[in-house]
Amino acid sequence: MSSRRDNPLRISFTLNGEPTTVEVSPSERLLDLLRYGLGLTGTKEGCAEGECGACTVYLDGLPVDSCLVPAYQVRGRLVETIESLDPEGMAHYHAKGTTQCGACTPGVVMTAEWILRHPDRLETHPVRELMAGNLCRCTGYDGIIEGIEGALEDREAG
Amino acid sequence: MLRREGLSKLTGRERYVDDLALEGFLWGATVRSPAARGRIAKIVFGDGVDWSEFVIVDHTDIPGRNAVYLMEYDQPALAPGYVRHVHEPVLLLAHPSREVARRALREVQVIVDIDPPALDFRTLPSPDLIQYGEDNVLKRLSIEKGDVERALAESPIVVEGVYETGAQEHVYLETQGMLAYLDDDVLIIKGSMQCPYYVVKALKPALNRSEEEIRVIQTPTGGGFGGKEEFPSMVALHAGLLALKSRVPVKLIYDRTEDMAATTKRHPSRVRHRTGVDENGHLIAQEIEVVMDGGAYLTLTPVVLSRAIIHAAGPYHCDNVRIQGRAMFTNSVPYGAFRGFGNPQAHFAVERHMDVIADRLRMDPVELRRINMIRDGQTTATGQVIGDGVDRLEIVDRALALSNYERRRREHWVRNSEHRYLRRGIGMAAFYHGAGFTGSGEVLLDSRLHVEGHPDGGVQVLCAATEMGQGQITVFTRLAADRLGYDPSEISIAEPDTHLVPDSGPTVGSRTAMVVGRLVERACDDLCRQAGEGRGASLKDAIIAWHSAHPGEQLLGRARYEPPPGIEWDEENYVGDAYGAFGWAAHVAEVEVDLRTYNVRVLDFVSVQDVGTVLNETLARGQVQGGVAQGISWALLEECVWKDGAMENGQLTNYIIPTSGDLPPIRVEFVESPYEHGAQGAKGVGELPLVGAAPAVLNAVAAATGRQPTRIPLTAERLMVLLSNGHARGEAS
Repeated sequence: MSSRRDNPLRISFTLNGEPTTVEVSPSERLLDLLRYGLGLTGTKEGCAEGECGACTVYLDGLPVDSCLVPAYQVRGRLVETIESLDPEGMAHYHAKGTTQCGACTPGVVMTAEWILRHPDRLETHPVRELMAGNLCRCTGYDGIIEGIEGALEDREAG
Repeated sequence: MLRREGLSKLTGRERYVDDLALEGFLWGATVRSPAARGRIAKIVFGDGVDWSEFVIVDHTDIPGRNAVYLMEYDQPALAPGYVRHVHEPVLLLAHPSREVARRALREVQVIVDIDPPALDFRTLPSPDLIQYGEDNVLKRLSIEKGDVERALAESPIVVEGVYETGAQEHVYLETQGMLAYLDDDVLIIKGSMQCPYYVVKALKPALNRSEEEIRVIQTPTGGGFGGKEEFPSMVALHAGLLALKSRVPVKLIYDRTEDMAATTKRHPSRVRHRTGVDENGHLIAQEIEVVMDGGAYLTLTPVVLSRAIIHAAGPYHCDNVRIQGRAMFTNSVPYGAFRGFGNPQAHFAVERHMDVIADRLRMDPVELRRINMIRDGQTTATGQVIGDGVDRLEIVDRALALSNYERRRREHWVRNSEHRYLRRGIGMAAFYHGAGFTGSGEVLLDSRLHVEGHPDGGVQVLCAATEMGQGQITVFTRLAADRLGYDPSEISIAEPDTHLVPDSGPTVGSRTAMVVGRLVERACDDLCRQAGEGRGASLKDAIIAWHSAHPGEQLLGRARYEPPPGIEWDEENYVGDAYGAFGWAAHVAEVEVDLRTYNVRVLDFVSVQDVGTVLNETLARGQVQGGVAQGISWALLEECVWKDGAMENGQLTNYIIPTSGDLPPIRVEFVESPYEHGAQGAKGVGELPLVGAAPAVLNAVAAATGRQPTRIPLTAERLMVLLSNGHARGEAS
């Protein structure tokens, strides 16, 4: 009957490098905590069922769909969102047309950056396959793939 | 020039409507009909929530006319006792907690005394199903050129075919959403939309308010594809009704399931061709019937049908053409605008049919297209004389060369005869798309645009055109900067706010760069004149000086749409110049069919497009690749599964759009034939690439399998049926 949060849980975790303590309800999703609880609206909701990847964040360094993670499960863990990334690293994405409408973009960039940090994965899987967890309706994916390939070349050269 | 708002999007700083919050706002929710047709007998409120905490709106709360007005007043904002489609809005709820608002939706039961619904647009309705006019026909249109009956009778060969396309959901990644609140007595609407002034137009009669009392502001929009052309008016009206009743801000955001189930989709179609040809493949007569499912309300269906029939004969010349179109009322969720606007359905049929004709004549399908391709001086089905100087055969030849068409075809013959279960094929489509509104549509829109010179010498473009990912902000910046001799950083584009910007028409129909962009240029010229001529630094000085001489006044360069000379359109008889300019294109697709799984994989895709002057290579290429991707997946993947008028698979789990792994690189080349009345020579680019993708893919499947598929989406299941039906070659006839 009540519209108030039932049985709130108090949790502490590390968010984008900062110690954070919040109250969450048992049914709250990490996505909602970030967007509506903490005002980090860079993480987007696309489908709410783990298909589109728009809500991708890193949990202990691994990309996950934050719509599928109950908020209380991040207790004591490391959470990183799009807000933690260095805007300086976006030049190739910007130049190659990685973003159009921008709704899938934060999730796409989070996965892309994860690939850049784990280039060993490219020994077994091409970029096109590694990006298959992020749906984009605007680009046909070429702008995304080319943006990542440009950034990869840079990092290899640098 | 880089996308201006690109970094903001890449870093997650761009604020979409659901990223905005207002003090003390409520979350809206929509109670919908469970049935396709019937009288609402009762609405039962369960006891799982405390209803005293809610604001509830029904049709009696509508101050004005209960309609979402665009073309007609036929579609209620909230069902007034009778429903005509599943998910028709019945009640609106608002509550401070999103979770509780959603839980409440499960606590309301709308009980409907069911009447038999009309659900098949292909069959003529029995009397008990008639709900619109005498025969459920929403709109009938026809085109007549030459003497089709005589020409068909005299044709040595007549080839028939029936082609069907399914509904397609837009799946913009940002779902529909609006925020509404009162600022003194002005109702503010902020949200995701393509056409701010369409929202004003819809809200005025329903809310009984003047334009001064309604202020519509577009927020950054996460994809539209036509899905945010007319539907946002409904969401805005609902959010507005809740805000007016509750007197606090209301945010109404659809989740994916609601968005997929309840919003408009691409019109399903069935197109019948009867084509007379001679032994050499020359077209003698084309008789075409286009039937579309309009759904339960009119939306923009008549205009979609219009664009479909105008393009239905394809980019070919034929002296005798009859095209008859009709859109049917059904008790389906209303269909609406979707990128291409009827033309993809038309071209799927005609371009598939060209391959069927070639197969019948034992002729090379490319050669068949080549000899019939419309040439300058020849006329379209509406009698429009084509004379734009575009080398349409060069476009086809470039696409063939880039795709290695001939070599691949020979390789496939060898490979297919040797491989046990993989079959490769290559196919093409040639196609065209009229840019801007049809006929006299642009004149009726009467678009206006302002360019303001600020006291610091900077310049701002004021217009209602919207950015939804296609690059309007970037393109308009460049157009203004080039025209004024400014650096792009000195140009700003005003937020589309109906209290601050003039009505420059809707952001639809591939008209923005070409038509509205031209207004940017002309308004810039007007600004120069008023400031005292000059460009660049001298113009900047002149603007600053003007403000010193006119303190507190506004320096506005103005432009109003003027039709290009010599355009004549007879709306009554569908004769004349349907469009000021056409974009022309050719696609080549190469596919591999797996005979074990019936999976079709697109291996390569080449697109050659003439969109006039390319204003920004990266943006234009992105439009083509994205449009092709939507066309490929419409052809192979995207299937709306219906049960009793409701979409059964309204989730991204079971309504499949392609991932990066499902698509090949899409290779794009532009042929630039400037259009003198478009901005810097631009023609439309947004819709054209989608138009030819599906037939190119299916023609490749036909080449790979030797069968003629006629219906999309060509899912694995449909392909299995086609390939196991033995003599399915005759399916099209």
